[in-house]
Amino acid sequence: MIPELGHLALILALCLAAAQSVFGLAGAFWRRAEWMAVVRPAVAGQFVFVALAFGCLTAAFLGNDFSVNYVALNSNSALPAFYRVAAVWGAHEGSLLLWILVLATWSLAVAALSRSLPDTFIARVLGVLGLISAGFMTFTLATSNPFTRLMPPAMDGNDLNPLLQDFALAVHPPILYTGYVGFAVAFAFACAAMLEGRLDQSWARWTRPWTIGAWIFLTIGIALGSWWAYYELGWGGWWFWDPVENASFMPWLAGTALIHSLAVTEKRGLFRGWTLLLAIFAFSLSLLGTFLVRSGVLISVHAFATDPARGVFVLTFLTLCIGGALTLYAWRAPKLGSTAGFELWSRESFLLFNNILLVIAAALILLGTLYPLFMDGLGLGKISVGPPYFRAVFLVPMLPLLALVGIGMHASWKRARLGDVKRPLLLALLVALVFALGISLWAFGRTTTLALVGLTAGLWIIYSSLRDPISRLRKRQSLSAAVLGMSIAHFGVGVFTIGVAGVEAYKIEKDVALKPGQSAKVGGYDFAFRGLRNVDGPNYSAIEGEFDVTRNGSMVRVLRPQKRTYRVQTSPMTEAAITVGWTRDLFVALGDSLGGDAWSVRIQYKPLIRYVWLGALFMAFGGLVAASDRRYRTVRASEALPADSAARDTA
Amino acid sequence: MTPRRKRMLVVLGVLAGVGIASVLVFRALSENMMLFYDPSQVVAGDAPRGRPFRIGGMVTKGSVTRDTGSLEIRFVVTDFKHSVPVTYTGVLPDLFGEGKGVVAHGRLTPNGAFAADEVLAKHDEKYMPPEVAKSLKGAPPQGST
Repeated sequence: MIPELGHLALILALCLAAAQSVFGLAGAFWRRAEWMAVVRPAVAGQFVFVALAFGCLTAAFLGNDFSVNYVALNSNSALPAFYRVAAVWGAHEGSLLLWILVLATWSLAVAALSRSLPDTFIARVLGVLGLISAGFMTFTLATSNPFTRLMPPAMDGNDLNPLLQDFALAVHPPILYTGYVGFAVAFAFACAAMLEGRLDQSWARWTRPWTIGAWIFLTIGIALGSWWAYYELGWGGWWFWDPVENASFMPWLAGTALIHSLAVTEKRGLFRGWTLLLAIFAFSLSLLGTFLVRSGVLISVHAFATDPARGVFVLTFLTLCIGGALTLYAWRAPKLGSTAGFELWSRESFLLFNNILLVIAAALILLGTLYPLFMDGLGLGKISVGPPYFRAVFLVPMLPLLALVGIGMHASWKRARLGDVKRPLLLALLVALVFALGISLWAFGRTTTLALVGLTAGLWIIYSSLRDPISRLRKRQSLSAAVLGMSIAHFGVGVFTIGVAGVEAYKIEKDVALKPGQSAKVGGYDFAFRGLRNVDGPNYSAIEGEFDVTRNGSMVRVLRPQKRTYRVQTSPMTEAAITVGWTRDLFVALGDSLGGDAWSVRIQYKPLIRYVWLGALFMAFGGLVAASDRRYRTVRASEALPADSAARDTA
Repeated sequence: MTPRRKRMLVVLGVLAGVGIASVLVFRALSENMMLFYDPSQVVAGDAPRGRPFRIGGMVTKGSVTRDTGSLEIRFVVTDFKHSVPVTYTGVLPDLFGEGKGVVAHGRLTPNGAFAADEVLAKHDEKYMPPEVAKSLKGAPPQGST
């Protein structure tokens, strides 16, 4: 009964989404207040029914209802309750439902927090969101209904993919989706502005906090995914340039560019067309990511089972969304142009370069990700583009970007006079270089160009981002949340850069054959293999190795990596053991028995790897601080003012 | 210099920059792209020698051997028409096994064997890399599970 209720709720939600988009868009077009008045209740109703559908599916998982096909395929009565909830989005159908729930939640938030925006504008925003929502619900109901019954019911479930039975991966999809789908709000704002034919600085101010919000979630989601891949996939890398990782990284790059270009649009009224385009691209890349993951066209860790019908649907939807938005852009954007100018040496041009470099980076990744598809489609053979390509081409736009971050933060609008910060910045660059040399020679005993450039850039950006807030605090001057947030986020960029440089330049990865009693030396640490024992988990049994890690004879840690066998899916799973530290991670994973009680063991030494994720967290936190700036709230109160004058006051 | 000519120079400069950049990008792309071959193509001599590529297929049942205590492993990859012996040294992925799909990256040795430096296996029981599925398509299902 419960699954049918969920199915019905989803159908009702689809009807409400359709009403939301029709009344929103048509009501705004013909300026019918009574039609537009329907939109907010429709959003609320849609949310209630989507949440109900999602709740029904969750109930089916918690209640072990194996008469539902999707539950039978992805859960098991022995699966712990926490993972039974996580299993709801463990495969295609449920993750689509999650997508829809996240979109409904964003729509509800927009509807609730936009009371002071012009009626026609918000009706259009919600109308566009309704269209997207209706599209995804149609997709779900037509091709991937999670509520389909299984006749006869299964005795027990097939269990959740063991790789997904992990905390980080249980929370990774909801957070990542919140980011992905959040760009739909920026997209809807852009479409509404074009439909309205009005794009002013207050538009940028409405859009900014929403965009930053989505970006925060995307940042955390990507960092979580990277962390998961590091410890759970058993390979020990933090980024693989896997197509699905790229699929989440491209919207992030476009979204980062969008945040920066929105700053220019808000403060100076410039880059309007460009900002609209970026809003369209960020969401299009999110949709493309969904397409790449769902359709199974790419070879990837994350690929779900292939179903051509789904691929065709998502591709059609993608074409309609991007095509529609770009057509609208071509039609309306010329009217929205801006006239103000700026000098080459100004914050505007630094942000312009930031945008160009980020977009180039996204384009290069897109090229590498889609190239195999084109080649295959044209019958030119099956190829894959490996990490060396991405590593090489990604550095080209990123290195100048890092150099510009440090200076750009200190450039003022319109026309920058760097006079008084030029000297300290140059000095800091020298000091950073000396420190980088010192760190690499003293701590690691050797230096490489990559390490030197990365560490210098990282340290310099950290100095540059802290300089302004600290001097303001010392002089007891006020510091707006927006500026503070920007500084924190850029500080995070510095920390991240240091982490990447350290781990990429000095990591050591070694596969060795060890018998109990033998030991291996990696990165100055001794790993002594003590022996093996059997352990039992709730739904798996495991062989656990014990390694004593010592350094110059003193004990560091006992590491216990496992080789698990899950009872239902009978697939082996490597559970690496990691000891975490501020300066390095040590990583041990059990391979296979080599006969004669020898085992293959993968041992890794990963210096500074924690800073990769720590940097990402700082970026996200900086975003949070910036989005909490008072002016995003006061603008709502003073919205009645003519938009442009309101913007000029605070510019 | 007239403004018109100045503009022309700027446009030419941008075009040249874009041109050089795209040449470099496509070179990076073609240097780093890995071609995929199935065992039949390798046996027929279509696969490049002296250049790394990827080979994919099924691990033949009973073909996995190693010397006791050694990290070096030998197995045979087949598409049920032809087979290629593969050697690899290191830790294998979790889902590597006889009768299962595999993709290996490496190069051909002069004696016709494939020396892999990376072995990828399917990441879950149901999933198979599309290229492996395609190269196995039409083959008799002997020995497959």
